[in-house]
Parts: sequence; structure tokens; C-alpha cells
Amino acid sequence: MISLNDLIEPFVRFQFMRHSLLAVVMVGTLCATIGVYVVLRRMAFIGDALAHTVLPGIVLAYFNGLSLFLGAVVAGLLTALGIGWLSRRETLREDTAIGIMFTFMFALGILLMSTARSFRDFTHILFGNVLGVTPGDLTLIGVVSLIVLGTLLLFHKEFELTSFDPIHAEVIGLRADRLRYALLILLALTVVTAIQAVGVVLTSAMLVTPAATASLLTNRLPRMMLIAVVVAISAGVIGLYFSYRYNVASGAAIVLACSVLFGLAWLGRTLRRALSGFWARYR
Amino acid sequence: MIASAKAKWNDLHLFYSHRRYTAPVPESAALEIENLCVNRPNENVLALENISVRVPIGTRLALVGPNGAGKSTLLKTIAGLLPIRSGKLLIYGLPVGACHHRVAYLPQRGEIDWRFPITLRRLVMTGRYVHLGWLRRPSPRDWQIVDQIIARLGLSELAERQIGQLSGGQQQRALLARALAQEADLILLDEPTSAVDAETQAIISRLIAELSRDGKTLVVATHNLERLESDFDSVLYLREGRQVSESALQHTR
Repeated sequence: MISLNDLIEPFVRFQFMRHSLLAVVMVGTLCATIGVYVVLRRMAFIGDALAHTVLPGIVLAYFNGLSLFLGAVVAGLLTALGIGWLSRRETLREDTAIGIMFTFMFALGILLMSTARSFRDFTHILFGNVLGVTPGDLTLIGVVSLIVLGTLLLFHKEFELTSFDPIHAEVIGLRADRLRYALLILLALTVVTAIQAVGVVLTSAMLVTPAATASLLTNRLPRMMLIAVVVAISAGVIGLYFSYRYNVASGAAIVLACSVLFGLAWLGRTLRRALSGFWARYR
Repeated sequence: MIASAKAKWNDLHLFYSHRRYTAPVPESAALEIENLCVNRPNENVLALENISVRVPIGTRLALVGPNGAGKSTLLKTIAGLLPIRSGKLLIYGLPVGACHHRVAYLPQRGEIDWRFPITLRRLVMTGRYVHLGWLRRPSPRDWQIVDQIIARLGLSELAERQIGQLSGGQQQRALLARALAQEADLILLDEPTSAVDAETQAIISRLIAELSRDGKTLVVATHNLERLESDFDSVLYLREGRQVSESALQHTR
């Protein structure tokens, strides 16, 4: 049996474990909160897409000796605006627009990359390494978290309304399209920041799985965000611990922990429904 | 200085456009439409052609016609959801969008994501948002107005239900409650009594009468021809985007 001491030992002993713990907590909170909108607005595909479309920005920034993060942010914002523009007024469905921007930007990145001699410099930023986050990364994640969570909090009622009834929003003069752009931009910032710290796969998982888990357990928006954050942080801590204890890849361990929590929530809901059906029949 | 900064801030119209209240033009009709032409969304094909109608303040106009006649299109145009191609459309003497406080619109039920995690009470509260603007949270008075309207529509016991757990009739009443919470002068209802239970039909009929007595103006798309005489003051018949006739209904109120 694992004791509490065993559980906290790696975090007390190693600074890099403390740093990665902090990164996972912040990225988990950030991704899980905005992830609730991603899931409710059926944009699950977009996190994955954004994670790939930053590639040309990174490559160009690298060639010109600029900050890779800045390149990623610019490419992410361009993607977000491109998706918003292509799918405005339902000319194209949003998932189609995402598919087009995703492949275009990723192919552009590959093309640019093929002109360089080595691919290796880019793999780090694309796949990230949660065990290797620096204090600089942590500051960056902290600042982006404040911006994104602050905006979501300030405009909560507007984001909520445009998510389920954009028509009423338009009728009362609320610009649903601009709020959609705002959300896409916040999402681009989130994804770019999270990728640098924890990689593409972990970012996609943190955006979708905790929010989906929470959506099985409640039908209140604020509670859904809270549960999603708890799920993300729990998965982060469990995953980090397992990756240390059994010497397995940390990102993958966290994603699997997320999936297991989702599975448990699913199982719990199914059992609850079956039981309430059973009681209803035999009472 | 703070006041001027605040005025500038409002003028940015970043998310809300023209959200300030604008007074109506004196002695204007609630709705005045002349030779109105409207395109279908994203197409250069006319959905409405040469519609003309005048709705005095405090009266009730029924829009009648087969499916696809343009009833919903007309309501959406008045609500400011579709651009006008040509012609005139004035609401209390002002162009569309000049004052969002004054127009409430009840869409057809299918246009809302009913699975969204929000309660009936909060859905009705979204009717107050036009008065709040951004950054302001609902005040106790806003909640009081919302709760009174919920009670008036017989929904008090369901106030904390998630909106997807309501029946079709209850959802329709919730949308009507939201339109009332807005405290608008011109109320646009798109098929409020289609596919709802008898209780909801009776409540909605009663409300239309009450609202008109309070001086509200109503424009209602309806299939329910039996109640035309009792519920409305005049009727606009539409077919394939054109106006077949407009007539006043003779009855004593």
C-alpha cells in the first residue's frame, strides 16, 4: 500500500518535481476551465488543431532568431482568426474551417522545416517535457493563466449566453461573433503556453477529457468548471507520481490518468442510472 | 473625468453595440414597415418582397401563412437578425438596432442548445442582460423580476431545473418568461403555441391578452387560426414571401 509519505516524497526531494507539479497544476486549471467551453461549444477538435498549426510560426521564429514562443503565439492567433473568419455567418461549418486551417498551417510548417538541416530543434517545443519546465516557463504559464482566467471570469455571462443562444445575444446587441473570436484567441494563448510546457498530446487531453468528465457529473456551468479543474489537477498529480515511481513517460502517464478518471465517471453514471431504474421497478 | 472616460468606454462597443436606451420618436407607431424587401441568408434571393404594415402601439398583429411564407423571416428582420435589402422598417420611429431594450424576440424552440448546463432561472435572467451591459452582475431587483415572471408562467417549481429537463411546453414558457423579463415594448413571438400542451397554450393566450392590456405591442407568427379573432387585432397574411392581405379583425375588446 502506498503511504502519504511515499506520495509526497518525490516532490519534497527534487526541485524539478516541484516545478513540474506547479506546471501541471497551472496548466490543468487553465486548460480544464476553458476546456468546458471547448466541450460545450463542440470545439474539441480545435485544441488538437491549434497544437499543430503553431509549427510554421515556430520554424520562422527559429530561422530569424526570434523567440519561439512568440512565433507560436502569432501562428496560434492567426489560426484562431482564420478559423473564425472562414466559419463566420455559417459559410462553412466550424469543424470544416478547423480542418482546412489545421492542414494548411501544419503543411506550411513541414515545408519550411524541410528547408532546414535538422528537425530535432523543433521536437522539443512540439512535444514538450513536463519534467523539464524552467522557472521562466512557470512565470509565463502563470501570466497567461491570469489573463485567460480573468477574461473568462469578467465576461462569464456573455460567454455563457453566446454558447447556448447566440441568437438572443444578437437580438440584445451583444456581438456573438466578437465573443467567439475572443474565445478563440484565449484558446490559442492557452494551447501555445501549455504545449511549450507539457506538449501537444497532454494539452489536447487536458482541454477535453477533464471537461468531458465534469459534464457527466453535473449540469451547472460553474460546478462543471470546478470539477474539471479538480479532475485535471488530480490526473496531473497521479500521473507525475506514477511517472516517477515506475520511470515511465510523464506526459503519457498524466493523459492516461485523465482517461481513467473519465472512465470512472462514466462507470459511476451508468451504475447510478441502472440502480435508480432498478429501484423504480421494484419499489 | 470619470464620466467622460466611462462614455468613451461605452462608445467602444467592443461586444455590445448601442446598448444605451434611446427614447422613442413621439407619436410614432410601434412598428412601421413600408415596401420591405429582405434576402434569404447568404443568398441573393428575396425571402420577403414589398411588405407594408403599420402596427399601432398596444395592438396585436398575427402573421399567418403556410410554412416558408416568410413569417419567421419577417420577425427575424424586425429583431435585427437579418439585414434589410430595401424599404423602410421603423420601431417606435427608430431604425432597427437603435434601441435593443425595446424589442424582445421569442425564437422557435429548436434554435437553442437545450443541453447547455444552465437552469431555467438563469435562462430567464438572460432577458435582463440588455439592461445590465457588461461587467455588471444581476442585482437582487433583477432576480426579483425574474422570479415574479417565472411564477406568473407557473414555472416556480422548475426554476432550478436544467433547461434540457423541461418538457416542450415548459421550454416554450421559459422562453416567453425571458422575453417578458426584458420588459420590452415590442414583443415578437415565433409560433409560441406550436406543438405545446393545452396548459401552455392557455397560459400563453392569457399572457398575450394581459400584455396588450399593459400597452405592449405584439407581433406573433401563428398556425392557430381558431384563436385569431379572440387573440389579435389585425392579421397579415403571407405567402411565398409576399403579402396576400392585411386586415383588421372586427371585435370588441
